[in-house]
Amino acid sequence: MEITKKIIEKHGLKLEEYKNIQKLMRRDPNLLELGIFSAMWNEHCSYKSSRLHLKKLPTTGNQVIQGPGENAGVIDIGDNDAIVFKIESHNHPSYIEPYQGAATGVGGILRDVFTMGARPIALLNSIHFGSPEHPKTKSLLNGVVSGIGGYGNCIGIPTVAGETKFNETYNENILVNAMAVGHAKIDRIFYSKAKGVGKAVVYVGSKTGRDGIHGASMASAEFDENSDEKKPTVQVGDPFTEKLLLEACLELMRDDSIIAIQDMGAAGLTSSSVEMASKGSLGIELELDKVPCREENMTPYEMMLSESQERMLIILEDGKEDHARKIFKKWDLDFVVIGKTTNTKKLTLKFNKVIQGEIPIDALASKAPVYDRKLVRKKSSNSKVDIKKFGKIKIEDALIKILSSPNHSSKNWITEQYDQMVMCDTAKKSGSDAAIIRIHNKDKAIAVSVDSSANYCKADPLTGGKQIVCENWRNLIAVGAKPLAITNCLNFGNPENKVIMGEFADCLEGIKKACEFLNYPVVSGNVSFYNGTNKKNIFPTPVIGGVGLIKKLSEPVSHKFKELNSVIILVGKTFGHLGQSCFLKENFSVIDGKPPEINLINEKNNGETVLELINQNLINSAHDVSNGGLILALSEMAIGSNLGLKVEKNKNLRNLIEFFFGEDQGRYILEVKRNKLAYVEKILKSYNIHFEKIGFTQKKYFEIEGEMKTDINDLFKINNQWYNNY
Amino acid sequence: MRSSVIVFPGSNCDRDISVALEKMQFKNQMVWHKDTVLPKSDLIVIPGGFSYGDYLRSGAIAGKSLIIDEVIKAANSGCLILGICNGFQILTETGLLKGTLLRNKNLKFINKDVNIKVTNNNTKFTSKYKANQILKINIAHNEGNYFTDRNHLDELCKDNLIAFKYCDEKGNINMESNPNGAIENIAGIYNPKKNILGMMPHPERMIDNLISNTDGADLFLSILN
Repeated sequence: MEITKKIIEKHGLKLEEYKNIQKLMRRDPNLLELGIFSAMWNEHCSYKSSRLHLKKLPTTGNQVIQGPGENAGVIDIGDNDAIVFKIESHNHPSYIEPYQGAATGVGGILRDVFTMGARPIALLNSIHFGSPEHPKTKSLLNGVVSGIGGYGNCIGIPTVAGETKFNETYNENILVNAMAVGHAKIDRIFYSKAKGVGKAVVYVGSKTGRDGIHGASMASAEFDENSDEKKPTVQVGDPFTEKLLLEACLELMRDDSIIAIQDMGAAGLTSSSVEMASKGSLGIELELDKVPCREENMTPYEMMLSESQERMLIILEDGKEDHARKIFKKWDLDFVVIGKTTNTKKLTLKFNKVIQGEIPIDALASKAPVYDRKLVRKKSSNSKVDIKKFGKIKIEDALIKILSSPNHSSKNWITEQYDQMVMCDTAKKSGSDAAIIRIHNKDKAIAVSVDSSANYCKADPLTGGKQIVCENWRNLIAVGAKPLAITNCLNFGNPENKVIMGEFADCLEGIKKACEFLNYPVVSGNVSFYNGTNKKNIFPTPVIGGVGLIKKLSEPVSHKFKELNSVIILVGKTFGHLGQSCFLKENFSVIDGKPPEINLINEKNNGETVLELINQNLINSAHDVSNGGLILALSEMAIGSNLGLKVEKNKNLRNLIEFFFGEDQGRYILEVKRNKLAYVEKILKSYNIHFEKIGFTQKKYFEIEGEMKTDINDLFKINNQWYNNY
Repeated sequence: MRSSVIVFPGSNCDRDISVALEKMQFKNQMVWHKDTVLPKSDLIVIPGGFSYGDYLRSGAIAGKSLIIDEVIKAANSGCLILGICNGFQILTETGLLKGTLLRNKNLKFINKDVNIKVTNNNTKFTSKYKANQILKINIAHNEGNYFTDRNHLDELCKDNLIAFKYCDEKGNINMESNPNGAIENIAGIYNPKKNILGMMPHPERMIDNLISNTDGADLFLSILN
């Protein structure tokens, strides 16, 4: 078959890229080889537009065992315990087919974690939809939520935290990011680097079907009005088989049978075999007629490009075949030796003993294109929002507007569809800060949280990038965890657009600065470009997933008020920054101004001090102040606990709206017992922390002296009504 | 006391229940579904999860597996059998318990803590509870909407075979406190000999104050008694 211009375009390759392929191959590729190049060279697999920027991120630290480049990142939490975690996007498939798209997003990220020898212990997600009024939103929302639950519930891993946001920027391109966290022993971590020549390459798991062919290429292009036609590129998930695969793999990982293991994710058999060979500087030879197929007459092309789920590729030590086969047979899974490692440094594909294609491994991996794309940086706006021009608004009315808005109303109707308790180690379920998961059979626990701030990132990508790292860090601190490391999912528009590339570079710069300053390295992640339809790009939406350690879990600290008549302290300085605030957005539909500044020195100082107070058992409850400002944080503490509060009149208060709704960063609310107050104040002063006592907890009423006094049951109802009426 | 937990492909609360049993000092063994011999047991637990992925119908395939014949034999000779969640569904599929579990009335998976009332505390599973004690206990299911025919329902009521009913915090049994649409708010039932208990809520999730509460502990302590 002649490779025409049309065929090249259909494979998502540019003409220059095709010329490059001819050069690397020293001949024209055949269709199978072209397909393999398209699978490996697309944006999703090759990171060709992002690689130069990603290199700048801090990825090391004493706590880091494995940074980016493996299936997932690995960190050390002491006593030979490691945490393995990663976040990944499944945006494009979820927009086309929400249930399966989201479900396979969860399945894929779980495989990344257990491939490394970790038992998954928690799932998180960050999902973003268009405006609730958009005709597609409701069905996308319900489909995605059921898909996430359908997969996680069935495989039996708790979905413990997440965020659900609505913004019209996602009308035609939703975001579905799934994060998985696993626990492994440090001396039993498995990697994907092949070693040794002539070793058996084994295919395990589900059979290969025709689903998901070109999935990765689909995820590397913008949508247009015909995007529904891409449905066949979406894979179908089978969490039951994944559960079997998980147990079988972990069983085989108890001894030293495995040299290398890699899940078949995006670009399936192609990327898994190429990555293993490339990391080991080896070749790999596959006999494709041996691949277990679900459908008849599948061609080598289809087998190599299928993204059927729940499959793994393993390179086994000599003499371990029977032992390994027995385990997979016990779990009723396919187990077939389909090839061997070679010293040719080539990917050799045979079918019925005839070579169908042969490509140098480095042409697919290290020599894949890297682009230094043109970019323009956004000038940060200096406009200050003048609230006088919006007229007078009562504090209570503004709060109610926010509490009842789609973005800030309770998400219990979502989290109740996820099994959050299975495995019986969930010490704190998802709420507004981080979730806490106990390490099985141990005293210690980890805290996990995912966060994003697309509006901030759009208005000022550099500040936005810093802010999400800090907010994530704060969320872990607020539950008493020492933040250790992050994974990131970078959701952006079309990288061939200079403005988008500028947003990307600036957000990354912000992430880098904050991570460096807070010693909060990036250990894994994923880039999703081309989020947009018909040239309309989404807001830059980097999502940060953080993991922190609680050395000894006695009683989990949460954001819920704990007892009557304790003192409420606000830590951190309040300037009353309303630019890009949720106050403006929900009350006046205004998205304007610059996002709040990040002061990394204060951020670190405030956070470390709060953590020390919590660790010394001086705090009843704690909550970080973020979107929605002080008042929303206070109302979340009250609604969650069924205790009210009174904020006392204070002559120093500046403009009340700015004080209560400003979104200044680096702030926490602490609830402190009266008999511990003096000691807490002493510590805060000794670290030079700015703080103010703003009130105390009381029964029943959410009260701001002289401004509002509302029954918290009413606030609860207001906060829980949005979905019922949707 | 010796207990056995049957593990099917897709069971996912098997570890949780074995942790609970061991914490309560049971000598527990895990039994693989392809086994044909049951170890000598005083209690057999069929755990929660998604046996066979809930494909076909929840519990349907597991209800036909090899080990089930042994479970039925043990049940008939008086061994205590506890089916939790998917385990309850499997017990109804085997015929050891009557009735069936339909999809939740809101057609969604539900995971939350609910209140249930101990409607009969005069059994080997509940003797440590007070009569009409209210427990706060976690549910996590798609098909927990118990249904049975009129005759069986009469028999359940007459012979005091309803183990637990969904209620509110004060113990009122009403529509508002019924999470899944189960007939008569039924959360768990016994067979006529009361040696088999099937229940949708998860007692094994309620044995540790750090994670939840300890309202489930007395169920295991009752069995030990």
